Amino acid sequence: MLNIWTMKRKQQQDDNAAAASGTKKKKVTAAQLRVQKDLSELSLPGTMETTFKDPDDLLNFELKIEPDEGMYKGGRFHFTFEISSEFPHQAPKVLCKEKIYHPNIDLQGKVCLNILREDWKPVLNLQAVIVGLQFLFLEPNASDPLNKEAAEDLRQNREGFKRNVRQAMGGGSIKAEHFDKVLITRV
Amino acid sequence: MLKQNQESCSLPPRMDRKEYRLLIEHRGAGGLGCEILKNLALSGFKDIHVIDMDTIDVSNLNRQFLFRASDVGNSKAEIAARFVEKRVKGVSITPHNCKIQDKDDVFYMQFSIVICGLDSIEARRWINSALVNLFDPEDEDSLKPLIDGGTEGFKGQARVVFPTLTSCLECQLDMHAPRTAVPLCTLATIPRQPEHCIEWAHIIAWENDKPFPALDNDDPEHITWLFQKALARAKEFNISGVTYSLTQGVVKNIIPAIASTNAIIAASCCNEAFKIATQSNPCLGFEENYMMYSGNDSIYTYTFKHEKKDDCPVCGNLARELAVDPNITLEEFIASLAERAEAQLKKPSITAEKTLYMQAPPQLEKLSRPNLVKKMGELVGNGDEIGVTDPSLGAVDFKYKMKFSRDFASTA
Repeated sequence: MLNIWTMKRKQQQDDNAAAASGTKKKKVTAAQLRVQKDLSELSLPGTMETTFKDPDDLLNFELKIEPDEGMYKGGRFHFTFEISSEFPHQAPKVLCKEKIYHPNIDLQGKVCLNILREDWKPVLNLQAVIVGLQFLFLEPNASDPLNKEAAEDLRQNREGFKRNVRQAMGGGSIKAEHFDKVLITRV
Repeated sequence: MLKQNQESCSLPPRMDRKEYRLLIEHRGAGGLGCEILKNLALSGFKDIHVIDMDTIDVSNLNRQFLFRASDVGNSKAEIAARFVEKRVKGVSITPHNCKIQDKDDVFYMQFSIVICGLDSIEARRWINSALVNLFDPEDEDSLKPLIDGGTEGFKGQARVVFPTLTSCLECQLDMHAPRTAVPLCTLATIPRQPEHCIEWAHIIAWENDKPFPALDNDDPEHITWLFQKALARAKEFNISGVTYSLTQGVVKNIIPAIASTNAIIAASCCNEAFKIATQSNPCLGFEENYMMYSGNDSIYTYTFKHEKKDDCPVCGNLARELAVDPNITLEEFIASLAERAEAQLKKPSITAEKTLYMQAPPQLEKLSRPNLVKKMGELVGNGDEIGVTDPSLGAVDFKYKMKFSRDFASTA
């Protein structure tokens, strides 16, 4: 009797295995679930907006920031977010799409924000990263530079730095380096 | 996995007479695999499978003792299997020259115990989650003990996981010291160590100059380029110690392997396999499940219980089955979620393989809104998982496995 049951069970298992191998069931990954959660809880002020090229791909999107105060007021900046399947154990990869004059963002768009590298922790969420980016435009930080010239400029002559920021945002050049125009043109 | 040879080892009778089939998963240049295979074969296990995607490199020969100079370039799994079969009478070893990710649930289902000597956290997380997902509470045989060994220089660890019953590798992720990330700003401005100069060449100089279309860590020409860039930068900042082999080490993240540490850790893993199989002595796993070994400062070992995490994304949050009528719309489905006692969701967002409905941010809400009037059967397949999040749940999320309560009338 027992033997029959064992065989029956074995058979069921084989059937199940065959069925399972036939059509692979789609699973929800931990990274996907976490990104879904972070996104659905984002609360962004009117100065920021997310854009998803493909609504089925939550792991890649763009963030637009239009600071309404500070030295970068009037500019429009775009950042790409690239989230790996290791999220939240690995920080998202964030790049600024425009070439801008900023002590903490280099000419390739790499961003020096502590929580994107050495201080990233899985308890941090996308909201924290986005707030961090916003903060970089309000308070550029000269003591932690990625663009050394810009940092030196900010440290030595704040007013001059401000003027250079405006010039770069308008699409001008600073020390023979050409920057992208990011000022919003009102129509 | 192994099959026990009871005559030759005079083991106590096992409760369960099923043949033990063991699987060794091996990856990387460390060489735990050779040790584990030899130990298992000599402990009387008879049916062992080995997975290893690598081929033998000349630099493996000093510690991976199953390989000879004439084997260089051949599959590690195949050569190791042939060598041990020849040396140990009556053992059958089946090599699989592929990635662990290439195998499916049916493959893993055939083993009694899985032993890993993997070199990366990614591979460990993969097999861990595969074995946790394999577990079916209705089927005793679906519980596959996972024994994991790892070494780094003089340090190592051996641990045992009983999937879903005890703390899994994902629960223990915080035990891995994160790779020390150097702030980008340090790299860009004031390097202090030779490694900083190499990382600078690797991350910043390469991107700026793009000397080759894509960086290939195994191409000596590419490493030489990085080495020279790093050397020039080191000179500029008066830093000594940048060498070609350090450059290779930093870029490829090479960790030195010490043969004796491997032997200690492999032996410990195999003893646990033996105890699980024979039930001769209590094994690592239920009470204490983690043994760490450090030979860095004299010798220190410590064995402890790593607790299972309730919110572990792999073993703490398994998909629950949910009966759903495929003919209702997504909107009706969302409304029905709100009525479920355990969920009581107010503003749920739902994704499957595709995004079904996101409550925020606004652009996604707009893009996913047309799905609300679609039938569930159009959006998901029977047996697919969906992920449900809701701000009112705090840190808790739900995963449901869709089980269609009746056929989907697609033309209706």
